[in-house]
Amino acid sequence: MSSSGGITAEPPVAAAPPPSAEPGRLGRYAVTVGFLAPAILMLLVWMVYPVVYTVIRSFFGQTGYLGHWVGFDNYHTLFTTSSLKTAIKNNFIWVAVVPAFVTAIGLIFAVLTERVRWAVAFKLVVFLPMAISALATGVTWRIMYQQDPNLGAVNALTRSFDEALHPAGVLQDASASTPSLQGSPQSGLKLKTLLHPGSVARLGLTAIPPDAVPSGAKQAADPTAKPGDIVGVVWRDFKPGGGKPGVVETGEQGLPGVKVQLRSTSGKVVQTATTKSDGSFDFAKVSAGSYQTAIGASTFAKPFGGWAWLGPNLITWSLIIAYIWIWAGFAMVVIAAGLSAMPRDVLEAARTDGASELQVFRRVTVPLLAPVLSVVFITMIINVLKVFDLVFALAPQSTQTQANVIALAMWRTAFGGQNDFGTGSAIAVFLFLLVIPVLALNIRRFRREL
Amino acid sequence: MAAAAPAIEVPAQRDTVAAKIVRAVANAPLQIFLAALGLLWLVPTFGLFITSILPVQSVASKGWWQIFSHPSEATWSNYHELFHNSGLTEALKTTAYIAVGNTLIIVLIGAMAGYAFAWLEFPGRDWVFVGVIGLLVVPLQMALIPMFKLYDIFGIFDTVIGIILFHVAFGLPFAIFLLRNFFIGLPKDILESARIDGANEFIIFLRLILPLGLPAIASLAIFQFLWTWNDLLVALVFGQNVQPITVWIAGQLREFGTSIDIIAPASFVSLIVPLIVFLAFQRYFVQGLLAGSVK
Repeated sequence: MSSSGGITAEPPVAAAPPPSAEPGRLGRYAVTVGFLAPAILMLLVWMVYPVVYTVIRSFFGQTGYLGHWVGFDNYHTLFTTSSLKTAIKNNFIWVAVVPAFVTAIGLIFAVLTERVRWAVAFKLVVFLPMAISALATGVTWRIMYQQDPNLGAVNALTRSFDEALHPAGVLQDASASTPSLQGSPQSGLKLKTLLHPGSVARLGLTAIPPDAVPSGAKQAADPTAKPGDIVGVVWRDFKPGGGKPGVVETGEQGLPGVKVQLRSTSGKVVQTATTKSDGSFDFAKVSAGSYQTAIGASTFAKPFGGWAWLGPNLITWSLIIAYIWIWAGFAMVVIAAGLSAMPRDVLEAARTDGASELQVFRRVTVPLLAPVLSVVFITMIINVLKVFDLVFALAPQSTQTQANVIALAMWRTAFGGQNDFGTGSAIAVFLFLLVIPVLALNIRRFRREL
Repeated sequence: MAAAAPAIEVPAQRDTVAAKIVRAVANAPLQIFLAALGLLWLVPTFGLFITSILPVQSVASKGWWQIFSHPSEATWSNYHELFHNSGLTEALKTTAYIAVGNTLIIVLIGAMAGYAFAWLEFPGRDWVFVGVIGLLVVPLQMALIPMFKLYDIFGIFDTVIGIILFHVAFGLPFAIFLLRNFFIGLPKDILESARIDGANEFIIFLRLILPLGLPAIASLAIFQFLWTWNDLLVALVFGQNVQPITVWIAGQLREFGTSIDIIAPASFVSLIVPLIVFLAFQRYFVQGLLAGSVK
């Protein structure tokens, strides 16, 4: 039936059937309706009606099909409840950080992979997280982020850097064996006695469990005075049975590796020394005057305990790292496609003109890629505004309040126990308003093409 | 950026063996850098897999990477336990129903609409299409509350079909957008001559459009399959006893430490299928991605 219009002799303008074929035209419309109806019906019921309903619903109370009219109260709640304010603030951080990072990383990866033969393999690997559910990614990174550096890979890695910067001390804890040694492990232990060149210092420590004695410790050596030097010993002033405090005895071990400071009476550190395996140390050629010695706090520095990646302070950043891990591949693939569509001769011309590779990148590649970069950037803004699963799965229950984002807040408010459909609708509308500029942009871009 | 530097020294000529060797050597830092990055990207997923084959006491006492010094601790018993726990197999089935059902329905409805927007004339066509584009970015949060109520009335709350239809509706704008743009690029004369030969629109759609549009349809199908397989939010809201694997795992998350011998292998199972689908059809996946973003 639909073919009746086309049988006429002029096919080129086939779209407009001859006016005489009225029934055919109706038939054509019927066919069109048949093709379109399922899609349009679904869009009307599942998208258009809900948008209208949710906007209206956001002005009504918690329960019921509509509930009672509350005006802007739900929006007031949205901007005054602390957990919702946190969600908005966090989403702001996400938008400020993620699109820029993802686009930049994608650009760098795309440009770099152009120079290696196995680019396809690299792209595949970086793109893989895109295929995995955000839930599984959340579980994956929760294993990575465990706080104990012996369990969590991220902290194990952090530890290897941290130990270079702040090495752990040889002793974790100890206390003075006699009252002449004052202070605490946290502030350092200072010997009260004033010392002069030729003096001997005995710094006895107790409360060190046998397994915490630094390895290589030998019998402590009671120092003999040396003219011009200040010598001393740091030792474990304890032996089975107790021993006599303040006296170096047989069976008591020296403590090697302890950092001992020589301080002037004003408290300034003039020399430092490290104890040998018998616990002895020696400040050589000390000029005349009065001094004090102390065991520095660094000796008692705690080993790296791991950063609380999933704790309240870092959680948003930890989520963002995992999110970038997911989306970098997307940016890379889209930008790489833009790159391969770029006119090669322009790049070559710039190179022949003597532009450095960095100049080519900044002055030619990036400007030519600008449309692609902006598409990636905008896509990421929308994605980030809607982020839900990853936060749900990766943030532990205890820090979900600090990790909150708008989409999660909407679910928690409307479905996750509170069942407040009024505020839930207001949150959804707020989210919708945030993506509307992008919607407008999309439509404008499309209408230009039409 | 340091890695980009060596390329500067590469001379313009490129055919001699010497030049090739020079280039390869100059490229070495970049190669190493990229290889390291690639490994870095694989580590988390690899860690999940190793964790999934370790007994729970071992997970609680040492990092998964230490398996290399204790390889004997690896065991399949977590997986064995998991598959004898009927909950997971049920959840996997539900996930498969949702993902496959959604993919089939959206391909059919989307292709029909895409064809209408591309090749059938009707008044206001472009305006309706612009409207569809406008729906592309509507956050699905906008529909959760109204559809939650409506599903009660329809009687499809907590059913596989209810979850499928929600996915279909929210996937449609992209489906229509993608397919319409692909169909409109098909050669016009083929369609016209089919019409002249007396083929009606249904024949054209079935015999010409669907086969010719296969690349775009494949992209759409992969996309939708992965999207629904991985979905958490929709199933969380519209399912209760009907639980796909994501919701099932989410239900265990509260006891993360003690249930890690369930959570880790279940998560790995959940990502195996999308991983295979992605690896097998990655070309189409990337095409769909590009069609959706670069336009």
